Amino acid sequence: MVDKQRIDEATGTQTVGHEWDGIEELDTPMPRWWLWTLYATIIWGLVYVVLYPAWPMVNSATEGVLGWSSRGDYQKALAAREAELEPIRQALVNTDIHDLPDNPQLLNEAVQGGRSAFKVHCVQCHGAGAAGSKGYPNLNDDEWLWGGDMEAIEYTLVHGIRNPDHDETRFSQMPAFGRDGILQSNEIQDLVSYVRVLSDREPQSASSNRGAALFEINCAVCHGNDAKGDRTQGAPNLTDAINLYGLDRASLTETITNSRYGVMPRWGHRLDAATIRMLTAYVHSLGGGEAAPVSEDTATEQAAIATDAETPVDEQS
Amino acid sequence: MDTLLLKAGGWLAIVFFAFIAMVLAADAGFAVHMAIIALAAGITLWVTINKADYAAIGRGILKAPADPGIYDDDPIRWGVIATIFWGIAGFLVGLIIALQLAFPVLNLNFEYTTFGRLRPLHTSAVIFAFGGNALIATSYYVVQRTCRARLAFPGLARFVFWGYQLFIVLAATGYLMGVTQSKEYAEPEWYVDLWLTIVWLCYAAVFIGTIVRRSEPHIYVANWFYLSFILTIAMLHVVNGLSMPVSLLGSKSYAAFAGVQDALTQWWYGHNAVGFFLTAGFLAMMYYFVPKQAERPVYSYRLSIIHFWSLIFLYIWAGPHHLHYTALPDWAQTLGMVFSVVLWMPSWGGMINGLMTLNGAWDKIRTDPIIRMMVLALAFYGMSTFEGPMMSIKAVNSLSHYTDWTIGHVHSGALGWNGMITFACLYYLVPRLWGKERLYSLRMVNWHFWLATLGIVLYAASMWVAGIMQGLMWREYGDDGYLVYAFSEVVSAMLPMYLIRAAGGLLYLAGAIVLVYNVWMTIAGKQREEKPMTETPYDEAADKPIVGKPAIEPAE
Repeated sequence: MVDKQRIDEATGTQTVGHEWDGIEELDTPMPRWWLWTLYATIIWGLVYVVLYPAWPMVNSATEGVLGWSSRGDYQKALAAREAELEPIRQALVNTDIHDLPDNPQLLNEAVQGGRSAFKVHCVQCHGAGAAGSKGYPNLNDDEWLWGGDMEAIEYTLVHGIRNPDHDETRFSQMPAFGRDGILQSNEIQDLVSYVRVLSDREPQSASSNRGAALFEINCAVCHGNDAKGDRTQGAPNLTDAINLYGLDRASLTETITNSRYGVMPRWGHRLDAATIRMLTAYVHSLGGGEAAPVSEDTATEQAAIATDAETPVDEQS
Repeated sequence: MDTLLLKAGGWLAIVFFAFIAMVLAADAGFAVHMAIIALAAGITLWVTINKADYAAIGRGILKAPADPGIYDDDPIRWGVIATIFWGIAGFLVGLIIALQLAFPVLNLNFEYTTFGRLRPLHTSAVIFAFGGNALIATSYYVVQRTCRARLAFPGLARFVFWGYQLFIVLAATGYLMGVTQSKEYAEPEWYVDLWLTIVWLCYAAVFIGTIVRRSEPHIYVANWFYLSFILTIAMLHVVNGLSMPVSLLGSKSYAAFAGVQDALTQWWYGHNAVGFFLTAGFLAMMYYFVPKQAERPVYSYRLSIIHFWSLIFLYIWAGPHHLHYTALPDWAQTLGMVFSVVLWMPSWGGMINGLMTLNGAWDKIRTDPIIRMMVLALAFYGMSTFEGPMMSIKAVNSLSHYTDWTIGHVHSGALGWNGMITFACLYYLVPRLWGKERLYSLRMVNWHFWLATLGIVLYAASMWVAGIMQGLMWREYGDDGYLVYAFSEVVSAMLPMYLIRAAGGLLYLAGAIVLVYNVWMTIAGKQREEKPMTETPYDEAADKPIVGKPAIEPAE
């Protein structure tokens, strides 16, 4: 083959002397930069396998001179963060929830931690901005089904809503008025009209007047005569423009006919107390958080004042 | 006559057994597949016993020239058509799933059209149907010419072509029906795996047989690469596919390995599917078609030897880098990372040898759009084989892993390197295989080049941005020490990038459609009247050194 060697004109390089289907090969030496870079990566590799875990032995692998391991590295980072958080967690758990607003710095720490925990555990239903969607409450407004002060929010978080395996869970069940034959469909339509009048969705009508009578008999026991709801049983306020499942006729018909049964998981056995407190503080901070209910003594006092004020009115009647 | 009877009986038996298996099938997917196999065997039976000369009919349909008896080119022509057909199908499904990511409503709420079913359809269609057919067809072409020998076992060569198409059909229909063994790039179930093993061993026999029959003293470098690709893929496919079927009449099977061992086997396979299918195999194409199109000798014989052996030695160890920061032991992660980084120069050896082969013919980049495609392919090969080792470094991987950066990396390799080199080879092959003077239009090749290039740029750039953005958002801590973003916020931030990506895919598909038209018209024997690509007419006035005007007018 050597006799076929020739000097390539364009490059001035000698060919190797082989030829396949017209293809020849030049005898160019390997580019030096290529070769040296290859050697450099090999040397780097040899150093690396001494420094880091690399050589599998019978029972385990060499640990490397640096003593680095991915699990160890992770544990170290985790421990550092835990150490940073531990005082805050301790303080949170040891502070009475009613006193939290009096400690703005701790409250702020709790809100930050809660925001982060919310993004992991809560956004799936309540949305990244906590604005909720149909069937999942908006947590930014001041409408609360079960109460919006810190204690109530924390209770909801710990015990969840309608968890069948848990006695302390928040629980209530609206009857399925249509499905269970309590009301006829024309009656349900009258009730829908009335609920829409309550929330200013449509003007008063004969139908809504009939609905008002039905409401008193069937609904007022939970939603109240004024239809403003009852937080002790999660009965929503029907007089405002907010409704979990919608205020259009179709949604209301569905709600009254078949009822609803929204469920929220309980987090008490999944998250630690400090994280739950953080979530409480965060949800409370979103805009609709309510002040703690006044303590008993103050309540009696205020009630007394209210009675005084109302006395003349009573007398007038 | 006896052989004919034996063959016909064999095919009839397959029809019969497939039919029985269909009737007794444990699940619907298996029944459909057995029906497809029965149909395929039935057609083969018909072709076997019928007196008609189907080879001639096929040649008529494809307008192929008669066999001059030198090289066996019929299966190559079929392969060229199959490559283009599956390419268009694969690109189209890719565009659809890209749009699904931007607009989830396009999943159509219908199990057969969900992203989860269509994604393996896309990956397998482009890698195994488009890429695989291109590799088989070009390897048949190259091995004959560089060995100066006709294909060994012509019947087997045809069986490989049709058997491979059956494998593709079974795999694709399986994905749509949800039949999968859930291994990436190896989704087909056990019986499809077994069928591919048979086809692949026949392919190896044809290729090696032809090399053995060569009338050249030496084996050309392209054939080393083809051979390493064929043998390694056989080994990878068999080991990764080891599994136990639940029933011999059902599609479901369970892998032989479990847990992290299964994951490592999977990525040993998965990474070497990239290494030996998409790198070694396509380097083989490069090593023949670039010097042929450039009409220049290969840059360096020594480089080709060193980079070939170092490439195939190192690649096989690199798989664990897909499992950084997982349950995989640290030492195995080290192994994957170190070998990946050392792999950088061996990979680049192929790029250097390809690009520098243009020494003495650099002007062809300006005048020859096929050379331009090859150069772009090699440039993208170089880019992605630098990016790969970089992403395998743990510090980088901790940012890039699980993000769209990986998708961008894969596609700069797949669209840029595999796609472009394949298109270039198709443009080289079609006029030669169909005995035409030239392509229908060289200017349309140029159009294809620019559409595809723009498409790749949009695709890769948007995915780099998306991936790095994802990685940074996932790990972003606020001053308070807590993570800043919810996962869903990161997802919604991706939308603009997903739209740009889909636009890139659309351009790439548009380029491929230009190819279809060009190839169609070339085979039809037409030539577009157009200005030739090279036009630098001689301008005598300009043919002198540019001299600046004298700075100062002579004083008077």
